Amino acid sequence: MEPNAQQVKEEKLYRQMGMTDEEFDRAVNSLGRLPNYTETGLFSALWSEHCSYKSSKPVLKKFPTSGERVLQGPGEGAGIVDIGDNQAAVFKMESHNSPSAIEPFIGAATGAGGVLRDVFSMGARPVALVNSLRFGDLSAARDRFLFREAVAGIASYGNGIGIPTIAGEAQFDNCYSTRPLVNAMAVGLLNHEDIQKGRAAGVGNTVMYAGAKTGRDGIHGATMSSSELTVEEDTEFPVMQAGDPFLEKLVMDACLELAKSDALVGMQDMGAAGLTSAAAEMASSAGYGVELNLDLVPQREEGMTAYEMMLSESQERMLFVVKKGREQEVIDLFTKYGVEAVAVGHVTDDKMLRLVHKGEVVAEVSADALAEDAPVYYKESKEPDYFKEFQAMEMTEPVVNDYKETLKALLARPTIASKKWIYEQFDTHARRNTVVAPGSSAGVIRVEGTNKGLAMTSDCNSRYVYLDPETGGKIAVAEAARNLICSGAEPLALTDCLNFGNPDKPEVFWQFEKAADGISAACLAVGSPVISGNVSMSNEVNGVAIQPTPTIGMVGLVHDLSHVMTTNAKSAGDSIYVIGEADLSFGGSELQQMTEGKITGQAPAIDLEVEAARQKALLSAIQNDLVASATDLSEGGFAVALCEKVFGTENLGADVTIAGSAVTALFSETQSRFLVTVKEENIAAFEAAVQDAVKIGVVTDDAKLSVRGEENAVLIEGTVEEFQKEWEGALQCLLNSED
Amino acid sequence: MKFAILVFPGSGCDVDMHRALNGVFGKEATLVWHTDAAQLADYDAVVVPGGAAYGDYLRPGALAKGSDAMTHLQAFAKSGKLVLGVGNGFQILTEAGLLPGALLQNKSLKFQTGAAKLTVENAISQFTAEYNKGEEITIPFAHQYGNYYVDQETLKEMKENDQIAFTYADEFDQGSTEKIAGVLNKEGNVLGMMPLPERAVEEILGHVDGQRLFKSILKKVE
Repeated sequence: MEPNAQQVKEEKLYRQMGMTDEEFDRAVNSLGRLPNYTETGLFSALWSEHCSYKSSKPVLKKFPTSGERVLQGPGEGAGIVDIGDNQAAVFKMESHNSPSAIEPFIGAATGAGGVLRDVFSMGARPVALVNSLRFGDLSAARDRFLFREAVAGIASYGNGIGIPTIAGEAQFDNCYSTRPLVNAMAVGLLNHEDIQKGRAAGVGNTVMYAGAKTGRDGIHGATMSSSELTVEEDTEFPVMQAGDPFLEKLVMDACLELAKSDALVGMQDMGAAGLTSAAAEMASSAGYGVELNLDLVPQREEGMTAYEMMLSESQERMLFVVKKGREQEVIDLFTKYGVEAVAVGHVTDDKMLRLVHKGEVVAEVSADALAEDAPVYYKESKEPDYFKEFQAMEMTEPVVNDYKETLKALLARPTIASKKWIYEQFDTHARRNTVVAPGSSAGVIRVEGTNKGLAMTSDCNSRYVYLDPETGGKIAVAEAARNLICSGAEPLALTDCLNFGNPDKPEVFWQFEKAADGISAACLAVGSPVISGNVSMSNEVNGVAIQPTPTIGMVGLVHDLSHVMTTNAKSAGDSIYVIGEADLSFGGSELQQMTEGKITGQAPAIDLEVEAARQKALLSAIQNDLVASATDLSEGGFAVALCEKVFGTENLGADVTIAGSAVTALFSETQSRFLVTVKEENIAAFEAAVQDAVKIGVVTDDAKLSVRGEENAVLIEGTVEEFQKEWEGALQCLLNSED
Repeated sequence: MKFAILVFPGSGCDVDMHRALNGVFGKEATLVWHTDAAQLADYDAVVVPGGAAYGDYLRPGALAKGSDAMTHLQAFAKSGKLVLGVGNGFQILTEAGLLPGALLQNKSLKFQTGAAKLTVENAISQFTAEYNKGEEITIPFAHQYGNYYVDQETLKEMKENDQIAFTYADEFDQGSTEKIAGVLNKEGNVLGMMPLPERAVEEILGHVDGQRLFKSILKKVE
């Protein structure tokens, strides 16, 4: 027997659902009576951090979210940005960290599945997937297992549904050991008139349910995602929801056909907090109410209670509202795809979410109270002691005895090494529009039927964010924009996945606030507003927080596919230019972590005006056809970027001479820098267009790498192959290791 | 020349093939939903596209084999008209017995994507006449069950009948018997291959060696 309302209060059962005493009192006040067990469940799920953003809202409000291209900002399933010709790009990034830490294959798979639903529920056809992964450094067997399985899970879902994965990044640091981050981003396309929203409007209209049946899987997933993982106690977590990309493809195709029909009023996927969030949010945003008859909800298991049905997070389910009288044509449409669609309720004018089960009203709660009235917390924020300490440090060059061996060691670091082991498991060319596949700065797909392209990337160096959250936040956005520029695209807008520790810790909340400030500042500088996003708090294991990781997913527009640019040098004889000078930026660098085993000091400095000016100049040079190849300098600095210019080319090499202190010139992670190659005939025009560019050498045809320093001293010399071998084989090699 | 693209639930690369035939070659190609397969007889050629028909459940192609559409496809193949199966389509054709052999899981046990170098072994078939025998071509692939297996006795027969259309010239064979990448039926009117020629018909997408496969078909039929 389910406990009654009195028992819920007296035995404080709401605490098991993740509600505090104050939150329960707030629910009682809002309701004007004690909530029963089911109603308490509704409140606890929608008022969880995952659904309500109760701790992060005051900070998120500060993000720039508007712009002349923005058609839909944060608040819907996904953000929408205009790309001209009556078309728009729709995108969103989402975390699936907790499920991936417990069952990495299905956790990562359903992450991709969920964010795809966010995109097609807007009426957009998904065209590409991007993923951002953070794992321990692969020295522990558990981390290797988590990593292998998560990659296979993402592959199974994306490949199964037939959407190409065209970009992403992976970084490895032991702060993510046993608590990986799996952030998935989906990008879709639609025509302006096809934009759908999650609205339950029009009294008497019919609420319909389509897709998988509801089971007891994932109950209270949203609450789980808002709590810390304690290694000993993982048995308390609910049964994980499994994904079925085959069913999702059928649901997606049916929903996209439905989106073209005037029978449809509104549509939303059942993601976190399942049926509860979909019904309450659709009613609340439209200013109506919804009555559901739970007996009509397709159920996978027998004897499910109202509580279980409402809080299940079974995958591949959609809720939508259709005009009264049009139900049969919608059922027929879904039947063609082999998908079950049933009427489960109707829209009312009383703004209540009313649930009927076995002939009785089992819950009756204001939809606004659920969707809008969650408490907002202004969390305490405190500058951590480590920050002061790091800021006061005097930066010095790490000690490097052998430049060549150091470069090889850096190339074999999993964060820098080739990610081919990951992306060759993805169908990168499904749907036949991939112009630039993973392995370059950003992925690029052709916009079908036009000569335009969409470029996309995800980025965040959490070490910088840890050392200095504000600067690190700026860098995450700037780097994403750099990757788009280096692909020939104009940055349009971004989505984010803000992965942090427990926000109740003032030091963690300070990181969150500062990182958000940095992101906002950089958004304005590069002209990309935030149009969607997700917050993932309490990423901690046994009380230790991950490094703050505000992942940025950015989308850019390639105005003409002839502008598409890649990392690799194109032909021998081309000149090599570096844009921006190196300085002593080793705080949080890969070299510092490698040589000292920890990160300290200040994050690399970034001047957003300089950044924006260089990006603008370089993009314009690329669009004017003056550049043969382009890449930005990131982890590992100049030497690594130079290698990436020639790796995988047909016998190309590089012969360059660099100025200044060798360690700094080779390995510093100074920001706002680029490495480009330019054809002979474009040199004069290029130098005039990009005034910070300095010629440092030429592309050769001997497959050798030669880097000279002051007074012509040889710093690094060798065949491209000997460096490439380290870079190519590193991930596989780490994964093969035995404990 | 009218192409039918036979679509099962989950055949995700149906659009890829449709765009290649319609958009690139300007040929009339129709997506035919599996329940409408009785219409196949009205077409000149049928393509069974890649993807994951029925979610690859049980094993790739196994559930499509049991579909009512297969009766119509069998009859179509028997009539001598052309049937092309790529990727998952090849898996379906072997499951249905329209082609010899079977596709097993890749030796690595992982899904793999890339661009394979193939050697053209048969340059006189209706699908390959525009290639030269022994020529090396590059065609993208994306599969987890790309490991072609055939028993020795059948293999001998296939060789006698010149049924091996393509072999892998690089390491992407996934463990396939004698590095076989594409096979013909005895009559030469059914071709199945794991690499995806429709992904190699446009310069902007990186590869163009698939063009001549479609040109061979068009030349033969028109």
